[in-house]
Amino acid sequence: MNVLHYIASFFADAAHWHGYDGIPARLAEHVRYSLLALALATAVALPLGLLTGHYGRGGNVLALVATAGRALPSFGLLVLMFILLGFGLVPVMVPLVVLALPPVLVTTYEAMRSVDPSPVDAARGMGMGEARVLFQVELPVALPLILSGVRSAAIQIVSTATIAAYVSFGGLGRYIVDGLYQLDYEKVVGGAALVAALALVTLGVFWAAGRFAVSPGVRHAGRRT
Amino acid sequence: MIRIDTVTKRYPDGTVAVDRLSLDIPDRSITVLVGPSGCGKTTTLRMINRMVEPTEGTILLDGADIRDQPVTALRRSMGYVIQNAGLFQHRTVVDNIATVPRLLGWSKQKARARAAELMERVGLDASLAKRYPYQLSGGQQQRVGVARALAADPPVLLMDEPFSAVDPVVRKGLQDELLRLQEELGKTIVFVTHDIDEAVTLGTMVAVLRTGGRLAQYAPPAELLSAPADAFVEDFLGTDRGFRRLSFFGSATLRLRTAPVVTADATAEQIAAGAAEAPYVLVTDADGTPLGWAEPRDLTAGRIDPARLLPHGRPFVHGTGSLRAALDCAVLSPTGWAVAVDEAGRAVGVVSQQAIGEAIRAAHGTHRAEAAEEAGVTG
Amino acid sequence: MNGFFDIPSDLQHSWFGLIGLHLREALLPVLAGLLAALPIAQLCVRFRWLYPPVLGVTTVFYAIPSLAFFVVLIDYTGQTELTVMIPLAVYSLVVLVPAIVDGVRSVPQETLAAATALGLGPLRRYLQVQLPIAVPAIVAGLRVAAVSSISLVSVGMLIGNQGALGNLLQDARNYHRPELAVNSVVTTAALAICVDAALVGVRRLLTPWMPRTARHGGRPSAARPAGAAAPEAEEAAR
Repeated sequence: MNVLHYIASFFADAAHWHGYDGIPARLAEHVRYSLLALALATAVALPLGLLTGHYGRGGNVLALVATAGRALPSFGLLVLMFILLGFGLVPVMVPLVVLALPPVLVTTYEAMRSVDPSPVDAARGMGMGEARVLFQVELPVALPLILSGVRSAAIQIVSTATIAAYVSFGGLGRYIVDGLYQLDYEKVVGGAALVAALALVTLGVFWAAGRFAVSPGVRHAGRRT
Repeated sequence: MIRIDTVTKRYPDGTVAVDRLSLDIPDRSITVLVGPSGCGKTTTLRMINRMVEPTEGTILLDGADIRDQPVTALRRSMGYVIQNAGLFQHRTVVDNIATVPRLLGWSKQKARARAAELMERVGLDASLAKRYPYQLSGGQQQRVGVARALAADPPVLLMDEPFSAVDPVVRKGLQDELLRLQEELGKTIVFVTHDIDEAVTLGTMVAVLRTGGRLAQYAPPAELLSAPADAFVEDFLGTDRGFRRLSFFGSATLRLRTAPVVTADATAEQIAAGAAEAPYVLVTDADGTPLGWAEPRDLTAGRIDPARLLPHGRPFVHGTGSLRAALDCAVLSPTGWAVAVDEAGRAVGVVSQQAIGEAIRAAHGTHRAEAAEEAGVTG
Repeated sequence: MNGFFDIPSDLQHSWFGLIGLHLREALLPVLAGLLAALPIAQLCVRFRWLYPPVLGVTTVFYAIPSLAFFVVLIDYTGQTELTVMIPLAVYSLVVLVPAIVDGVRSVPQETLAAATALGLGPLRRYLQVQLPIAVPAIVAGLRVAAVSSISLVSVGMLIGNQGALGNLLQDARNYHRPELAVNSVVTTAALAICVDAALVGVRRLLTPWMPRTARHGGRPSAARPAGAAAPEAEEAAR
């Protein structure tokens, strides 16, 4: 009950609702870093995954890159970047992007590889070019799995972005790190609750995106077999 | 015409899928490529729309090398149907069918109108238009696959084992449907199958390929069954090829006996006349529909009890039915006699096994004479 | 790179000592997570209705940042190794439950029917048929759990130097010795890669029937790649 009590009093405290250290400001910062990192990682990993998956080549290299990416410790990378580059956006973005690359890369590749080969064969046989095959035949079918990879990356980013506070950055991690140093558990628990809530909202956003973007023919197809 | 001219396909690992194959595929007919797995029949088909590029040799379409035009343009001019249909699961039935028209730049409206027209043509109910593939049965999916291939009205249709994944009853329906469609549309169809029965049923010409991608025989089905080129083809055709060959002989030459066909209220004279020609008489109702066989001595004129008749089995249609159907009917009949009916199902006569046997011998004789004559003229 | 392996004395460990500590803090929780995940997953397979709520609860746990988890636990377990290991065990559990459930569910119905027809009881069927066939999926989950666990231990530095190799990061800042941070990152990454490779080796030992490499032929009917279980595990990765 301790934890719930802390959470309640954290949110009840009016001082936590305005100013540069207020919840809206910290939340906005957190969302901004997370979106930026996710956009960067997706911009790199999605095309790579789509192309390697489409042509079925480079899967082994991709697996190695993904393993290496996962192996790099986010926190260590953050501190190292901070020591080498000083305060700034880059030291925060590097570990978050490295964190998000493997799930997007690997799921996109696997999603493309697991597309049923016969519609792809039919599409080529009907005279579709490779770009059309990729975007009009493979991508729509691979989309649910690809979205799940991006979703996983997004949740990891939202959760891990908290450590940016250790190198004097903003975001919801501020509450946790400040709370730790000030021995203010109310702050720590409140911050953690906010991050968890943001992660759940992220899940919801991806669920909605799936409903919107994935064809009903694909969404329901799995249930029959 | 599609001319396959000494085409070889060799893969980098040295496997030869197709070995110096030459084949002239006539227009507006169904040419079937058949053979065991590994005979290169699918590879051959896929070389026609350049899904596979030949290592050596050329393929000509109406005299022009198929490599003369862009590969996508070539493929859009040929319908392509594959096993399991290969439908796009994210698109509705109507949008699946409209794929090639859309690729050719038709408006969405026009392409959909065309798709609706084709659904009707292949026997799909219009209510299925907005369904997704997962909501269709295997047979329906394959019909959508055929409609999709026909959407842009291509002169050529390539079909790669299209019906092999559905159950036998559905397959029979799809085969009949294809023959009916072909009568209407007159496409140049190249059809790949591993099922010799399907080949013989559908093919105007049948090319039997052997393992290693070499042509074993290229002939019309009747000729294939009567004169297999070698032991491989004979073996591939199976043990009952003589029986199956009878499918190609019509039953019009059979001389039917009409006297043993009597109605249920037949007079004693009619029964006696029938008994004079056959050991059994066939009893029909007033419309002529056969009811069953009876021994003449069991019959009391004017009071025939239909419940006591012997079953007459499945009759054959005189004229359009084949000798195979007639013989099948006679073999299955408890009396050894076959029942001939007209298109409306009315009994027109009966014929004995012996008479069918004579007709078969006569048909073979005629066929051999024709073949000899043809050989004399051409070679 | 002078003093790359020259570990400041306040850490009270040699480089190898830190590695041992790091591995213990990272892998014991994975083991604990696996032991807890097996029965939970089996319950989820047996009672299908149980799976969605279990997934929901674990996802909420998963969404809690590791640092916050550590700090909250200090109240109960103090600034100790245990405080680091409990969250890591929970995260491992979260990754492993869906991996095992999907792996066990991927066993074909015919295979199960055949096993039953041969007279295998439920327990034997589980141990001798379902579990072995699910091994690739389970190991895929274990790889993700172990690697992320090794990475997360470093964060323990923030709660009173409980981060093993991560503690080098604090000293790198305090003593202005960036090479210690490089040492921390490189060594942690190398540990993760070694453990990952070891798990791949374990899978090969346990599943000699699986093809070593997935062949991607040019044939239209190319089979699904052998690593097909990976995306599900990846999906739950932290």
